[in-house]
Amino acid sequence: MPANETRQSTAIDSRLLRDLKKLLGKDGVLHKPEDLLLYEYDGSVEVARPDCVVFPRTAEDVVGIAQLANRHKIPLVGRGAGTGLSGGAIARHGGIITSFARMNRIVEIDADNQRARVQPGVVNADLSTAVEHLGLHYAPDPSSQKACTIGGNVSENSGGPHTLAYGVTTNHVVALEIVLPSGELVHLGSTALDAPGYDLTGLFVGSEGTFGLVTEITVKLTRLPEAIKTLLAIYDSIDDATETVAEITARGITPAACEMLDGWTIRAVEDYVHAGFPLNCSAILLIDVDGLREVAEAEAKDVEDVCRRHRAREVRVARDARERDLLWKGRKNAFGAAGRLAPSYYTQDGVIPRTKLPATLRRISEISKKYGLQIGNVFHAGDGNLHPIILFDERNEKQFRDTIRAADEIIEFCIQVGGSITGEHGVGMEKDRLMPLLFSEADLNLMRRVRDVFNPTGLLNPGKILPDSKGCGEIYVRPQPASAAPPA
Amino acid sequence: MAAPLASGFAGADKPEYADYSRCIHCGLCLNHCPTYRLWHQEADSPRGRIRQMHLVDEGRLELGAGFVTHIDRCLDCRACETACPSGVEYGKLVELARTQIEQRYKRPLASRAARDFVYRRLLPYPKRIAAAARILWVYQRSGLAALARSSGALRLLGLQQRERLMPEIDSKFFFSEMGKTYPARGARRARVAFFAGCVAQVTFSDLNRATIRVLQANGCEVVVPANQVCCGALPAHAGVRDVARDLARANLAAVPEKDFDAIITNAAGCGSTLKEYAHLFGGNDASHQPAARFASKIRDVSEFLAELGLTAPLRTLPLRVTYQDSCHLAHGQKIREAPRKLIRAVPGVELVEMPWADQCCGSAGVYNVTETKASLELLGLKMGSVRETKAQAIVTANPGCILQLRAGAEIHGTGHEVLHVVELLDRAISRRD
Repeated sequence: MPANETRQSTAIDSRLLRDLKKLLGKDGVLHKPEDLLLYEYDGSVEVARPDCVVFPRTAEDVVGIAQLANRHKIPLVGRGAGTGLSGGAIARHGGIITSFARMNRIVEIDADNQRARVQPGVVNADLSTAVEHLGLHYAPDPSSQKACTIGGNVSENSGGPHTLAYGVTTNHVVALEIVLPSGELVHLGSTALDAPGYDLTGLFVGSEGTFGLVTEITVKLTRLPEAIKTLLAIYDSIDDATETVAEITARGITPAACEMLDGWTIRAVEDYVHAGFPLNCSAILLIDVDGLREVAEAEAKDVEDVCRRHRAREVRVARDARERDLLWKGRKNAFGAAGRLAPSYYTQDGVIPRTKLPATLRRISEISKKYGLQIGNVFHAGDGNLHPIILFDERNEKQFRDTIRAADEIIEFCIQVGGSITGEHGVGMEKDRLMPLLFSEADLNLMRRVRDVFNPTGLLNPGKILPDSKGCGEIYVRPQPASAAPPA
Repeated sequence: MAAPLASGFAGADKPEYADYSRCIHCGLCLNHCPTYRLWHQEADSPRGRIRQMHLVDEGRLELGAGFVTHIDRCLDCRACETACPSGVEYGKLVELARTQIEQRYKRPLASRAARDFVYRRLLPYPKRIAAAARILWVYQRSGLAALARSSGALRLLGLQQRERLMPEIDSKFFFSEMGKTYPARGARRARVAFFAGCVAQVTFSDLNRATIRVLQANGCEVVVPANQVCCGALPAHAGVRDVARDLARANLAAVPEKDFDAIITNAAGCGSTLKEYAHLFGGNDASHQPAARFASKIRDVSEFLAELGLTAPLRTLPLRVTYQDSCHLAHGQKIREAPRKLIRAVPGVELVEMPWADQCCGSAGVYNVTETKASLELLGLKMGSVRETKAQAIVTANPGCILQLRAGAEIHGTGHEVLHVVELLDRAISRRD
């Protein structure tokens, strides 16, 4: 394995440690190896150990941390809840992890103007819960929304099932307070509509923690729709399900969400949620339509009609909020439910044009057979964002390598049909090596120059998004997960 | 690859790879874990604790003070199991980790002595519980307690808050009811055994009597089997598994489950352990099958009554209440609707949900004694949620939660009455105020 991928943690400079403790208090700094072992992972399969972990409570704390990291020329990495799926919150080259978990206050809710100002560690779903009584919600809804933080969402520009109609994180962030790696505190955007000057907020959202550390976020709050209809369409053929999706969009219907799960995944999910998903189908579509009561009802009828035309075996409409929540619980926990079936899984995140869904699924099925690996399919079908789930046993080194090869072949196919290497999980340290497949050296150089404006030393979240300038062609060998070796 | 290191675990009762590797470190549990919500660090989250078990098993982390601290700090509330999409049986894992600690880690002398006394010399013996209770009763009623409070002696010893969490000892212990049978009122609809608990016999005898009355009023013949002992939940949660097994065997012998339609408990903590009796014994153990049969008859009183249906007439009780999910009912036994259904069945009672009703109140067995500071912080948060509802009373489903919430009402001066679900029903049935 290349040395830089399995970096051993070195003792952190004692003066730096002392200064960090002075700044944050003793309980604001973790540095013992036993504690650091618990920050070498996130929700992905990536692993790397930091040298210390710090817990700021204010923007001033973050400024101090950045200044110290800068002075000691040590990498600095932000972290929310560590639910990410591309290693964004992992200290790939060691250094200081700044956990925003204790900066979790909702600072202000301005219901009349539909804005909320929050600290980065606020959990996504907690914000929606806090404004529910006002008839509002925070629209981006990643599957991990009950745990992931808004700061993390900003860094990854997170999406979710309902971004089909409501847009991704960037469409809901209007202003940011950030700390640059130099220690400067700056403000981007404006709470009012359309900030003058460059759209730095738009540039920042999705920069995967390589531009600055977010210390406060102003988001839009969205009115809860008057009515929501959730439909479950059940198919005996995957092609019928994918063709349904193509026709729904062709007819100009925009559902709030349009998710597809294949039969194998449905069986895993049903075992957990007991929502009454059919166990003997090839695919299901889970579709939300919302809006004014009359509109939702009319659209639900149209959608149902399309489903039936494409040979849906059955179309159910959730009768109440409880039934709807149960169906969605099934979808949102689909990945975790896979954990029941194998010691590990790898979730790929690819994008394809919607019309290529049937062909892509056939290709995934071939890849699954080629490597003898079980692959489940969950997608945000409405926007062509695929999440194949590849099951493997982390103790089996060959299987782990095959898993990565299979995942790469899926992504290569996505690119071939005009898609992309990530829809919402981010590039992180997982797909930086794939960037040259999509972008030319000139394209990547421009990105590097933009990054250098914010992060000139490159010490803020190094080893993410952009490949080393050596370019593609090098074989990247990902370390096996920490748990690779079976216990004696 | 380096040679595999030696595991820090040994013997049969340890967290197994097949169980902990179900955790896919997605992190969905974090925000549901009370201790993560307090301190926000991985080491005190379910994901972090499972990782620590994994690391100890791999020999990469010592089974030492750090590991013990984080495993001790776990409430074993199992809220993470509710949040977990992968079906990790966290409660089982943490109990096994504690069993390893019990066997392989030398705690400080005072802690060892206290644990030895409580788990090995007190809880398994009803007579000793009664004797200890008599001494406490004298302390509480003789004026000694009042003296200790007013003189500032408790404050001096740092025991002021802890003393408030101490249960009040009953004048008439429930032990006197052992072996008795209570007839059904009206036509007999079911014949049940009542599991009376251990400490509850001397601190919750009124609740136990109320439970029997409510069951009788709803057509149940209630038998209190004579030789039953502590269910073993507290020793099992603490990792004292050998004692838990002995107690389980004693209960299997004391309660002939085939004679009853159900075995009823009013303590969610006991119920979840009783329902998992088979976990205590390996598949080859002679007690495994009997334990599974016994467990299949266990019902929480709310679960049983909601399923049976209330037939006793209920008078109107004008009361605004909020319901605190007992962790081992909601997360351990997955029972949420039954108690709510019973509460709503009482005419005049208005049930107002509090935010995070299924977050632990900090009671968690003996947690309020062993980790008092964290317990009181959680209690403070809980009382804040309760206040938002403007309820007059808090209804819950477990004696431990009742004690903790009563202390909460006192410490925070909220004036809330705290009732078990069956106490609310009993009040509506029997006109006792």
